[in-house]
Amino acid sequence: MWLTTALHQPERMQLHLSARWAFQVQSMKNGGIHGLVISLIKIISSRQKKEGFSKTDLDGIRLPGHEEANELVFVNGIYASEFSVIRSKELVVQSLEEAAGNENKEIVALHFGHSSSLLKDGINALNTAFVHGGIFLNIKKGTVLSQPVYIYTITDARRESVLSQPRSLIYIGENAQAELVETYVTIGKADSFTNQVMEVAIEKDAKVGYYKIQNDRQQANLVSTTHFRQLGKSYLHTVTISLNGGIVRNNLNVVLEADHCEAHLYGLYFMGGDSHIDNHTIVDNVMPNCFSNELYKGVMAGKAAGVFNGKIFVRKDAQKTNAYQSNKNILLSADASVNTKPQLEIFADDVKCSHGCTVGQLDEDALFYLQSRGVPAPIAQSLLVRAFATDILEHITPKAIHDYVEQLISQRLEYDLP
Amino acid sequence: MLKIQNLKASVEGKAILKGIDLEIKAGEVHAIMGPNGSGKSTLASVLAGRKEYEVTEGSVEYLGKDLLELAPEERAGEGLFLAFQYPVEIPGLTTTNFIKTAVNEIRKYRGEAPLDAVAFLKMMKEKMAMMNIGQSLLSRPLNEGFSGGEKKRNEVFQMAMLQPKMAILDETDSGLDIDAIRIVANGVNKLRNKDNAVLVVTHYQRLLDYIVPDFVHVLYNGRIVKSGTKELALELEEKGYDFIKNEVNVGEGV
Repeated sequence: MWLTTALHQPERMQLHLSARWAFQVQSMKNGGIHGLVISLIKIISSRQKKEGFSKTDLDGIRLPGHEEANELVFVNGIYASEFSVIRSKELVVQSLEEAAGNENKEIVALHFGHSSSLLKDGINALNTAFVHGGIFLNIKKGTVLSQPVYIYTITDARRESVLSQPRSLIYIGENAQAELVETYVTIGKADSFTNQVMEVAIEKDAKVGYYKIQNDRQQANLVSTTHFRQLGKSYLHTVTISLNGGIVRNNLNVVLEADHCEAHLYGLYFMGGDSHIDNHTIVDNVMPNCFSNELYKGVMAGKAAGVFNGKIFVRKDAQKTNAYQSNKNILLSADASVNTKPQLEIFADDVKCSHGCTVGQLDEDALFYLQSRGVPAPIAQSLLVRAFATDILEHITPKAIHDYVEQLISQRLEYDLP
Repeated sequence: MLKIQNLKASVEGKAILKGIDLEIKAGEVHAIMGPNGSGKSTLASVLAGRKEYEVTEGSVEYLGKDLLELAPEERAGEGLFLAFQYPVEIPGLTTTNFIKTAVNEIRKYRGEAPLDAVAFLKMMKEKMAMMNIGQSLLSRPLNEGFSGGEKKRNEVFQMAMLQPKMAILDETDSGLDIDAIRIVANGVNKLRNKDNAVLVVTHYQRLLDYIVPDFVHVLYNGRIVKSGTKELALELEEKGYDFIKNEVNVGEGV
């Protein structure tokens, strides 16, 4: 595969090579050559093994509302067209390799790998270095997708340990509209690590809703990078929900590259057990007059640990930027922890930016109030956690997904509203 | 119904209640009055089971049970209700969902089946009309952004929904204009009957024009220093609390 790439798309091969170089350098910095070799062996041994996964397996994990959605399925990092269902005829789905050589090659050349401009880390480079089995989606100019795009990132660890590296590039043309829903499911008991990179380029007057739902098993490790470029005045709405997993890191980047872009970033993480959840967000204001609002909320139980790192860059030319950020956390147990770090770097002088973060416990007065009305303490606690999550959940626009997340949270709280 | 004997309670080591004796029978309305800092709200909170208050001595018998042994939600299950002086705002939880949960949890405590949607709605409509509360208020997050009057009406609305045997109103009149007091008092009066009792904690006499008490007690410095009928409230209104303070201080030889 690398050879064909080299033959047909020398420019992309170059990216491969530079990413591989970056990865090697980073790996040696981080863990030495030994770790690198181990990783390489794992990659090589696990790649291309989507065989063994069946449609029955998929049926067990499809998201509600899938009957009226486009479903794109990755198995162990490889796009599986045999399981995918494209219901919107206007949705173009191609392999990355194909797109890099056909009429979309300019788009691919412009946007593939752009996330590395903000993430100069080995993990990001690792995905790029071994990119294989990825997809390119084109939602062309003026296309309003009436059906959402569900993207399943499935790790089949029933037979052996898996390192999978799904990759996708999504182009949303001028005046187009789309809703993207991502979820992650690991089956089997072996170790797994998923290193996903998705890059999305949004053109003028386009509108994008993006929903990331994570409720994987507790041994599943994931680094999920989603990188948005808003190339023209456009509207982006994102909601990131993390309910379970092993070590989970979400990198969410939004680069505002045109005047009057608007971006909303919402997140809820509700983790227990030994889970670790990182949310690293970057809002990069490159051009003036953009608006961004970010609200992430965390509920940590058991021995779960969380990190919120919210960066806002306001570049020199990005005058009249309005950028807001807030991170609020509740710790339900003495062993749970959260580290929260707002980080604003402002190089323009006429901007409005604010940030705030809190870490606390459930409000005792509120608990007593509910108890005094006959609600037992555990249910009162559940009601308060759910109430805390409400102003994130209400931003999940696709109803089937909203209801699904509500239901997951009810299950977690072991209490459903009457 | 409720028998308080020599009740002493402290908060963060500071003694607030210094030996309260009070008996309330079914069908009675009692008022507790007193100057600021006398321990009125502490008494209400101790009865409802707020854990910041430590009971250091004494007993409270409620319907034959040791009230102090019960968790706050069990007290509610047994028919005790506290209308808060400062109702808590809970963003994200609608009043309707909250009250439905409360009604059904109390029914569960009593071994009754949950109310079905139709019965619940019927009951809601009836009590909403009584308290002059609109559906829009109940669809909003609990007490969030409510005016003072709306919060207190919502408290008495919840009381009407939960139909307590023993209702404690903690300064329910504070911050209300006269029309709001009338609505709130009217709601309380409609709930009065020979089988339940009401304890009104108030600073001012004016609420007692509308909720007429059978007995009035004056709380001062953690003790009930004077008890009487509704005329005592009028006397207090006229003379102020100083005459009580003087009486007590003289009596104690201060």
